[in-house]
Amino acid sequence: MHQQLKAYLKDGQVIDNSYQLVSADSETLPVGDILVSADYWKANQQQLTEHSGNVGVWIDSHEEIEDFAGSIAAVPVIAINFPKFVDGRAFSTARLLCERYGYIGEIRAIGNFIRDQLFMMQRCGFNAFQFESEIDLAAASKSFNDFSDSYQVAVDQPEPLFKRHR
Amino acid sequence: MYIYDQYDQKLVDERVEQYRDQTNRYLEGQISEEEFLPLRLQNGLYVQRLAPMLRIAVPYGLMSSRQVRKIAAISRTFDKGYVHFTTRQNIQLNWPVLEEVPDILAELASVEMHAIQTSGNCIRNTTTDQFAGVADDEIEDPRPWCEIIRQWSTLHPEFAFLPRKFKIAVCGSEEDRAAFLLHDIGLQLVKNESGETGFHVFAGGGLGRTPVIASSIREFLPKEHLLTYLDAILRVYNRFGNRDNKYKARIKILVRAWTPAVFAERVEAEWEHLKNGPATLNGNEIERVKSFFTLPDYQTVDSAAVDAEVQSLATEHKAFSRWLDRNVRAQKQAGYASVTLSLKPAGVAPGDVTDRQLEQIADLADRYSFGEVRTTHNQNIVLADILKSELFELWQQAKSAGLATPNIGTINDMICCPGGDYCSLANAKSIPVAEAIQRKFDDLDYVYDLGDLELNISGCMNACGHHHIGHIGILGVDKKGEEWYQIQLGGSANKDAALGKVLGRSLSRDAVVDSIEKLLDVYVENRLDQESFLSTYQRIGIEKFKERVYAPAA
Repeated sequence: MHQQLKAYLKDGQVIDNSYQLVSADSETLPVGDILVSADYWKANQQQLTEHSGNVGVWIDSHEEIEDFAGSIAAVPVIAINFPKFVDGRAFSTARLLCERYGYIGEIRAIGNFIRDQLFMMQRCGFNAFQFESEIDLAAASKSFNDFSDSYQVAVDQPEPLFKRHR
Repeated sequence: MYIYDQYDQKLVDERVEQYRDQTNRYLEGQISEEEFLPLRLQNGLYVQRLAPMLRIAVPYGLMSSRQVRKIAAISRTFDKGYVHFTTRQNIQLNWPVLEEVPDILAELASVEMHAIQTSGNCIRNTTTDQFAGVADDEIEDPRPWCEIIRQWSTLHPEFAFLPRKFKIAVCGSEEDRAAFLLHDIGLQLVKNESGETGFHVFAGGGLGRTPVIASSIREFLPKEHLLTYLDAILRVYNRFGNRDNKYKARIKILVRAWTPAVFAERVEAEWEHLKNGPATLNGNEIERVKSFFTLPDYQTVDSAAVDAEVQSLATEHKAFSRWLDRNVRAQKQAGYASVTLSLKPAGVAPGDVTDRQLEQIADLADRYSFGEVRTTHNQNIVLADILKSELFELWQQAKSAGLATPNIGTINDMICCPGGDYCSLANAKSIPVAEAIQRKFDDLDYVYDLGDLELNISGCMNACGHHHIGHIGILGVDKKGEEWYQIQLGGSANKDAALGKVLGRSLSRDAVVDSIEKLLDVYVENRLDQESFLSTYQRIGIEKFKERVYAPAA
């Protein structure tokens, strides 16, 4: 099963997606840009260097990234899946990738997240958002601006409010 | 008390607009029921048996008289003219209309209040001792730390979708009045050998279906590391807490599954990465927040003269004397006392007050307690910093407002959840049981003779009425569609926290009050000197109580 291509939000812009998602049990790789599962990546990292398109990795919410975070530092895209929008593990995964493992490429949310989470997702380091269902991306983008400031330290603001303004 | 600056105010204003937009999109069908559920819960809105219920945050139980008046006005305009005080020191409106909730939130924001994270699987209101700042056994005022935690937890971007709800309590005194060992995180203020403030950190406590007393995971956390350490605990829980079964999703299950020692190691390992990071507190911020919790302008009082005067009034007025015994507490400032206004008169659901009473409370606060009002986890109201010379006058006014029932700490001061009358989760009603007990034990001499006795009632095993930690706990259970009640004995919320033991098979509602009377008889027959119910139970064990309650009728 390969997920179909569609538009997504990146850095606040609507962009055409070029990546196909390759499910964990897929036997063949499609042509072009692909996102492979973390297990596939771990097992086939060498062969993937010969793939003609770009290769990114998608991580499911329950997967611990500690044992392979170092090996994905250079991939252009890391996607993190929300199996259900109330599964908040992806927020921690994104922060760890950015803050602990220094990942600077695209961190893309995939799966069942909703627009009302965008503000917090961007704070945690997500910069690309590929919604599961068709939605009005321009309208959804308004949720990035739900708040003008925040108390806490996060990826988008490494200093807490109390050190910046008080 | 803490006063919002422009950043605090802007945040709650923006939250109102965010929620207004979410409500509009829900009403227009753009947000599904399933998606709207956590959005409304994170703003305190439940959909209950009869109507929605809105829970308003009262951070660590502290309110100004202006805020209390605003709650009164809101209850009149948007509800039925009464509100309910909860065991998390918060306030609930029982009959708001979903469409009007954004307007209610806007009214709240106008007096620096909100409903942020009062429900949902996120970090809830941080609670503490209702006598903070005035308690004679205080190590340090916990409220500045609660406020620092409030700001850190408010809209925390990483922890808005946790496996389950998450509750933090801070205890700053020798005696525990915050039940902090029954929280997901319990923080006890301590001083190290050099006299520096820090926290003894406990994790994994909680009530609910599987009640657990929290385990110590770090004996001394220097104060500046508070937020990075909390981040570490929450991150470990967010990543590894159970998300498959909501009944196994609280942090207590993770701590128990890993053991407290392993859990502590995992937190320490995570903290190594965060320690000394940018979220580390600095002296400026700690002092800034502390500066809002300064002491009021106390008068110098001739204590001996005032005490003699109060004593003579007490001799003259027996009812005043009873109220002094049960509802008035000494505080560390000479000449001043703290008063508990009872929200448990017979015939009223425990914790309920009318709009008019709220205004009377605000008036009393302005006149006698520097405009400050405190809510308690026992569902009462405390006015602190009362000049002892004004106690008699305050008592008379509180009495005419129906707020001076002299029953604090007695069997009639029970903790009780809204139960099956309101709550869609409940197995059984709890308010009628509370009322039946209050009506049965209306002889004040008998009630005083029984002394300190905590009786807690929950309408279901979610334990909002804290039945596990009552000296006597009553739990509503469902037996083939009928409401039955299980009795537990020996629970305690103090530093020697203990969970109650089940007495025996559950009882019909009719049998509950008679059984309570039998339990009290066993206590009175067996107690030594001034021994409390709990101490007697601890000494003689559960068997005698059990035999009496389940003895075949003669």
